[in-house]
Amino acid sequence: MTGGITSPGAGWRQADGGPATQRTGKKRRRGGGRGRGEVAMVDDVEFTSYYGRQIVKTPVWKSPDVPLYLFLGGAAGSSSILAAIADLTDRPKLTRVSRYTAGVGAILSVVALVHDLGRPERFLHMLRVLKPTSPLSVGTYILSPFSAAAGATAAVELLGWFPRLKRFGGVVSAIFGGPLATYTGVLLANTAVPSWHAAYKQLPYVFGASGMAAGGGISMIFVPVDEAGPARKMAVAGAAIELAVVHKVENDHGIVSEPFHEGRPGKLMQAAKTCTAAGAGLTVVAGRTRLGAIASGTLLAAGSLLTRFGVFEAGIASTKDPKYVVIPQRERLAAGTNEHASTITR
Amino acid sequence: MTSVSSASPGLGGLRDVKNRLFGPLPDVAEEAGYEPDHPKRVGFFTDTSVCIGCKACEVACKEWNTLPMDDSHGLKDALGDISGMSYDNTGQLGANSWRHVAFIEQSRAVDLPMPTFGRPGDDRHDSGPSPATAGDDVSLANAQQSSVLNAEALSEFDPQTGQTGADKQIRWLMSSDVCKHCTHAGCLDVCPTGALFRTEFGTVVVQGDICNGCGYCVAACPYGVIDQRKDDGRVFKCTMCYDRLTDGLQPACASACPTQSIQFGDLDELQERADARLATLKAQGVETARLYGRDENDGVGGDGAFFLLLDEPEVYGLPPDPVVTTRDLPAMWKAAGKAAVMMIGVAVTAVLGSRRR
Repeated sequence: MTGGITSPGAGWRQADGGPATQRTGKKRRRGGGRGRGEVAMVDDVEFTSYYGRQIVKTPVWKSPDVPLYLFLGGAAGSSSILAAIADLTDRPKLTRVSRYTAGVGAILSVVALVHDLGRPERFLHMLRVLKPTSPLSVGTYILSPFSAAAGATAAVELLGWFPRLKRFGGVVSAIFGGPLATYTGVLLANTAVPSWHAAYKQLPYVFGASGMAAGGGISMIFVPVDEAGPARKMAVAGAAIELAVVHKVENDHGIVSEPFHEGRPGKLMQAAKTCTAAGAGLTVVAGRTRLGAIASGTLLAAGSLLTRFGVFEAGIASTKDPKYVVIPQRERLAAGTNEHASTITR
Repeated sequence: MTSVSSASPGLGGLRDVKNRLFGPLPDVAEEAGYEPDHPKRVGFFTDTSVCIGCKACEVACKEWNTLPMDDSHGLKDALGDISGMSYDNTGQLGANSWRHVAFIEQSRAVDLPMPTFGRPGDDRHDSGPSPATAGDDVSLANAQQSSVLNAEALSEFDPQTGQTGADKQIRWLMSSDVCKHCTHAGCLDVCPTGALFRTEFGTVVVQGDICNGCGYCVAACPYGVIDQRKDDGRVFKCTMCYDRLTDGLQPACASACPTQSIQFGDLDELQERADARLATLKAQGVETARLYGRDENDGVGGDGAFFLLLDEPEVYGLPPDPVVTTRDLPAMWKAAGKAAVMMIGVAVTAVLGSRRR
């Protein structure tokens, strides 16, 4: 029978193209369980793809530039808030350290962001438009005033000039500090990267809380323990929120939560949670001793840094396998849970 | 109406807030700020049922747009070498491949009563010590090649009629993929420099002298179309031959297509033509035919370049239900705002809750 394309019905499967072709037309996967006692999150799913090739492009953002930028922005943002409130409540040592953290973090994050561009010399092209639809555009207008204010505040703090200007600069950077730490969650979520986009309601909280853990942790390292009370409290609260929200990111999104558990991103996320939890615990137990403050502050900052790398790399991993694109989209088509029509007209 | 910069679609004022990010838009060019006398929206209708996989579109596109190879020496493309999976060695759309002909070889079991007397090859297929299936196929292919002068063996090479392994039928699907020029284009929405813009024809184009290579569009495209040229740093994608359109010519790929699989024209006209073609095919019994990206109520507000497919979209490497990422952006900004307030709240509580020295 020479049916060809006129044959009704399906039954067509991608033919084996030889040893070099992996057959993904009928791929069975085990649950996510890999020895660590994890629960299988996804049942056996069949899906088709074009010879196993990825559908969405892998982001061209470089590592460590971008994860580092996310970390520095978070730490600098939360530090600037801490610095401003500490200044207003007359805590000079905490103020000074938080301002330095904010200033150094701001300058370094600008460097990391510019270095990540394909054409770094064209960084100023970011400032020719302001687009609310582009988190990177909005972020540029958060980062620019923040880094100017925080950098200048740190500089005059170092030089001891203009005390009133210093306070003003500190307040300006504090206003932009919160958005700087949380907009990066939007930056990652507003993409077609499956594991980032699915967590769009959580990532801003993850990065904001993680930023507080890092900013508080760094202040704990350098501020004498008798004045570091606010830093400790902010760090512990940030760590607790981070752990709670990360748990949702890692478990609430079906198959696209899977990359957070597997391979290198899985290890990074595990290490991040361990560091953050240990750092928070140690802060409570031994945060009032010099050695304990240094150890727990370092752990908290490391946990925050690892969270950024873990989230970043999990998203990268989710672009490389077509199942993370096809299966969720098939599921929502089958469930009819979208308010929009199918892109397929039969 | 004053002309609003097409580079900043998000700043067009608050008039007509509805459907700026999602849903059907009757006039994309006007929404982008063009005067009402702009040209009609144009597009591609790619009818894969008549595609023969010749790749003339790929070649014409590369020639017209002087697209380089993917490495800086001009020797290799993205895949680096022969794919080994099918006749497709381009592999995907990218910075230097603005048309990509997908080639899918499929087989299916034939449950018709077949004559049971032996044909050359059948007995050889079943005998022999090779345990692996792949090995079987190789030995079968060798056997067929050695008897290539045999007319009966020759008929087995015809993919439409050949029945390798006695009960299998083979078919080829070919489809020329291209940038979809979405009604709600994720790449355009997220571009922070305004390098990506909506043309008067309703297409989406990158301005090479503005792009600073931030790469956001690469991550934002739900179809995986746009990509960065590594040695250049900037991003590139199909322009629907913007230069040719302004001179009243049709895009290079559509001109080169020998079977009119790639049809270029006004989008509303193409949609009518596609609906008629779908109806014809259905009437002829091609029940697997379907249109992809034609519905303006879909997740990207409909595609400027849409397709007639003969199998599920993912078989061709297309996402089955793409949604523009910025649909959820208002909710994301809201979450970011709340999270920022949360940070200030935690910091204030932490400071006020601590004793003064």
